[in-house]
Amino acid sequence: MSKRVTKPTEDPLWLKLTLGAVALAFVAVVLVLPLVLVFKEALAGGVDAFFNAMTEPDTLASVKLSLLAAAIAVPLNTVFGIAAAWAIAKFDFRGKTFLVTLIDLPFSVSPVVAGLVYVLIFGNHGWFGSTLADHDIRILFALPGIVLATIFVTFPFVARELIPLMVDQGRDEEEAAATLGASGFRTFLMVTLPNIKWGLLYGILLCNARALGEFGAVSVLSGKIRGETNTMPLHIQLLYDNYDYVGAFAVAALLAMLGLLTLAIKSFLEWRYADELAASHRH
Amino acid sequence: MKRIFFLLAVASILAATAAQAANISLLNVSYDPTRELYQQINRAFADQQKAKGDTVTISNSHGGSGSQARSVIDGLQADVVTLALAADIDAIARNGKLLPADWQKRLPQNSSPYTSTVVFLVRKGNPKQIKDWGDLVKPGLQVITPNPKTSGGARWSYLAAWDWAAKQPGGNAQKAKDFVARLYKQVPVLDSGARAATVNFTKRGLGDVLLSWEDEAHLSMKEMGGGAYQIVYPSRSILAEPPVAIVDRIVDRKKTRAVAEAYLRFLYTPQAQEIVARNYFRPRDPAVLAKYGKQFPTLPLATIDKDFGGWAKAQATHFANGGVFDQIYQPGR
Amino acid sequence: MSAVGLKFAPLKSQHVLPGFRLSLGFTIFYLTSLVLIPLLALMLRPFELGLDGVWEAISTPRVLASLRLSFGMALAAAIIDSVFGLIIAWVLVRYRFPGRAILDALIDLPFALPTAVAGIALSTLYAPSGWLGGILAEYGIKVAYTPWGVLIAMVFISLPFTVRTVQPVLAELGKDVEEAAATLGATRVQTISRVMLPMLYPAILTGCAMAFARAVGEYGSIIFLAGNLPGISEIAPLLIVIKLEEFNYAGAAAIGVVMLATSFVMLLALNAIQSWAARRR
Repeated sequence: MSKRVTKPTEDPLWLKLTLGAVALAFVAVVLVLPLVLVFKEALAGGVDAFFNAMTEPDTLASVKLSLLAAAIAVPLNTVFGIAAAWAIAKFDFRGKTFLVTLIDLPFSVSPVVAGLVYVLIFGNHGWFGSTLADHDIRILFALPGIVLATIFVTFPFVARELIPLMVDQGRDEEEAAATLGASGFRTFLMVTLPNIKWGLLYGILLCNARALGEFGAVSVLSGKIRGETNTMPLHIQLLYDNYDYVGAFAVAALLAMLGLLTLAIKSFLEWRYADELAASHRH
Repeated sequence: MKRIFFLLAVASILAATAAQAANISLLNVSYDPTRELYQQINRAFADQQKAKGDTVTISNSHGGSGSQARSVIDGLQADVVTLALAADIDAIARNGKLLPADWQKRLPQNSSPYTSTVVFLVRKGNPKQIKDWGDLVKPGLQVITPNPKTSGGARWSYLAAWDWAAKQPGGNAQKAKDFVARLYKQVPVLDSGARAATVNFTKRGLGDVLLSWEDEAHLSMKEMGGGAYQIVYPSRSILAEPPVAIVDRIVDRKKTRAVAEAYLRFLYTPQAQEIVARNYFRPRDPAVLAKYGKQFPTLPLATIDKDFGGWAKAQATHFANGGVFDQIYQPGR
Repeated sequence: MSAVGLKFAPLKSQHVLPGFRLSLGFTIFYLTSLVLIPLLALMLRPFELGLDGVWEAISTPRVLASLRLSFGMALAAAIIDSVFGLIIAWVLVRYRFPGRAILDALIDLPFALPTAVAGIALSTLYAPSGWLGGILAEYGIKVAYTPWGVLIAMVFISLPFTVRTVQPVLAELGKDVEEAAATLGATRVQTISRVMLPMLYPAILTGCAMAFARAVGEYGSIIFLAGNLPGISEIAPLLIVIKLEEFNYAGAAAIGVVMLATSFVMLLALNAIQSWAARRR
C-alpha cells in the first residue's frame, strides 16, 4: 500500500483510529447495549407476543394520550422558541443574559419538582385549587396537567437550538429585507426561516422525542388511571410492575423506534438536501 | 403529520365523551399488589350490576399507597380508596378533609374486607436455612425489602420484625430497635415499592430473602415459575389490614355514593371473598377461609391496634420524619 | 405589557426590524405563566416553615449527604460526558465512515427513551446477573445498587447535551484557521490542542453545564440503578419524593429550591461567560 499524503487539516491515521475506536466503544457500551437489551426483552416472547402487547386497548390508549399531549406541547414550544430567538438574536436589550438563563431553567429543574410545582398551584391545597374545584375544572390528573408538565420539561429545546444559530447569523439580511419594504412576517418567512429551518427541525424533533418519553414529572400529576391518564412511559412501568415484561419492553421499543424514526427522517432530509445545507453553512 | 394529530385528538375526545355518557363510572384508587384482585372484582361487580340494569364501569389506578393517598388529597377524583394501610386513608381524612375521621368504623372489621400477613420468600430448598426473623441478621445474609417511607407493605414488614424482637424473652423497645437496625443493615437496596423489590429478588437474583406480603409472595411464585422459590412462615408475624373507604366529598359531588357503597359492600359477599382468596388475600368470611384453609397457615399475628396502639401512634413513632426508621439510618453509621 | 416593553426597550433606537415588542412580549408572557409563576409557587412554599424551619429542613446530615451525592456525581458525569462528547462530536463531524448517520442518530437516544425504561435497561445490564455486571463482578467491581450506579445513569442521560452543543460549532469552524496553523509549521496535535480546542471551549463548557444541570435533577432512571440507601446512595430528588410521601410539601419544596438555586447560579455564570466571550470575538 502506497503511503497517502495527508492534508495538513486532516488527522493522522493513528489519531483517526484512536478517536474513532474510543467514540464507538463509548457509544456501544453507554447507548447501544441498553437499546439492544430493550429490543431483546421485547421480542423474548416471540413476534406474536410483541404485536399482541402493542394492540392491547390500554396500550393503544396510552399511545394516543402521549401523542395528543406532544401534539399540543410541541407546537406551543415551537412558537415560543421562534419568538424568543427572534427577540434575543435580532435586538439588543438589557437583561438578555438573564432572560436566556431563565429559558434554560427548566433543564435544571428535577422532573419530580416540575410535577410538584403544578401540584402546588392547581392541587386542592394549591393557589387555585379550591376555585377550580368549585367550578369542577380538572387540571391535575387529566389531560391539561399532563400537557403542562410536558411543556415544562421540553420548554427550552426549540429556543436553545435557535438562539445560538440566529445570533450567529446576525441581522443584516433581515434589515436589508425590511429596508426594502418587506413586512415583518414576510421578512421572517422569506429570509429568516430558510436560514434556520434545519435548526428548527432539529429542535422540534428533540422536543417531540423528549415530550413522548417524559416520565418523572407526568407521574406526579397523572393519577395513573389505567386506559385514561396513563401515558406511554407510565404504562411501561405499569406493565413492568404487572410482571408483563414483554409488554413493558414492547412499548419501550415502540417509543425508542419513534425516537429513532424521527432522527432517521432528519438524517434523510440532511442527505437529500445536502447541497442546500452546505450553502447555508457558508453564510 | 398535523392532520393525523388532529384526527387523533378528535377521536380521543369522542371516545372519552362516549365512554362517559353511557355508564356510571367509578374510580378505585388502590395500592400496588391489588391489580389482579381488582380486575376480577370489577368484572364481577359490573356483571352483578348489569343484572340489575345498571352499567357500571370501574377504572383503577395503582401505585405506592402513600403517593396514591397524596394524589387523592391533591385532587384525584377517587370514588373509593383501597389502600395498604389505615394511616394513608387517615391522611386523606386529616390533610384533605375528604372523608370523616371515623371512616374506619363505617364498614365491618376495621373496613378491611381482606387481610394479609408478612412472609419470607426464599430460593428453592432454602439454601441459607432461613426459618425465623432471627435468621435474617446472620452475617453476610442479604434481605430485600422496600423503603418503609414509600411502601405500605414495607411498613407492615418493619412492624412485624419489631414485634417479633419485642416479644422475644427479655425483649423490649430498645432491643427491638437494635434488631431492626441490624436487619436494615443487611438490606443492599431500598426499593421504592413492593413490586420493584420483588423484581430485584426474582428477576435480578438479588439477595437471599424477600420480605413480602403473603399475597405478593404467592403471586410472584405463580408469575415467575413456582419451582424457583418457596415461602417460609416465621414463628410470628403481623395481621396486615388493607382498608377500603368511600371518599365522601367526591361521591357526593359525582352523585355516585350509592354505587360506591354497593361496590365496597360487595367486597364482603361470599362471591367476592372467593375472588379474594383465589388471589391469595386472606378472606374475612369464615366459610371461605375454611375452604381455602390449606393455603393460609395459622400463625400468631400481632395487630396494629393491640401491639402498636393504632396506626396514628405507629406512624408517628416509627415512620414520621425523625422517627425510629430515620434514626437507624443516620449517615456514618 | 407596555411597561415590560419600555423596560426592555432596544438599546439602539434606530432599529429597523419589526416585531420586537410582539416577540419579546410573547416570550416573557409564556415564560412567566408556564415557568416562572410555577417556580415562584415552589420558592414560596418552604417559607411556611419559617427561615429556621427551612434551614433545619435542608441541613440534616441525610439531606446534605444526598445533595453531596447528587451534585458530586452530576459533576463527575458531566466531565466524563464532556470528554467523550467532544471525541464523539469530532469523529462525527470530521470523519467519514459507513454507519456515521446511524451513530449520529443514536446520540439522541437518551432523549427518546423514557427515563424509567433507561433505568430498567441499565439495571438489567449492570446487575450482577446482567451482561456487564457479570463481567465487572469478576474483577470485584460492583456498579448496580451502589453510588456508581448513580454515575452510570447520569452519564447515560446527559450524553446528548455535550455532543450536541459541540457538534454544530465544530461543523461551523472554518478550515482556514487550521490551514493557517499548519502552514505556520504547527504539527497536527499542536493545531488541535492550541488552536482548535480553545475555540471550542465555550461550547464544551455549555454542554458540560447543561449535562450537569440535567444530571442533578434526574430521578426516574437512577432509582432503578442506585441502592437508594440513606446517606450512601440516596439522591436528592428521591428525598424530595420521600418528603412528599410524608405530606411534607414544604420540606420537599425546600430541597427543590436548593437544587434549583444552585443550578440557576451555575447556568447564569455560564451564560455570562458565553456572552462575554462572544463580545470579545
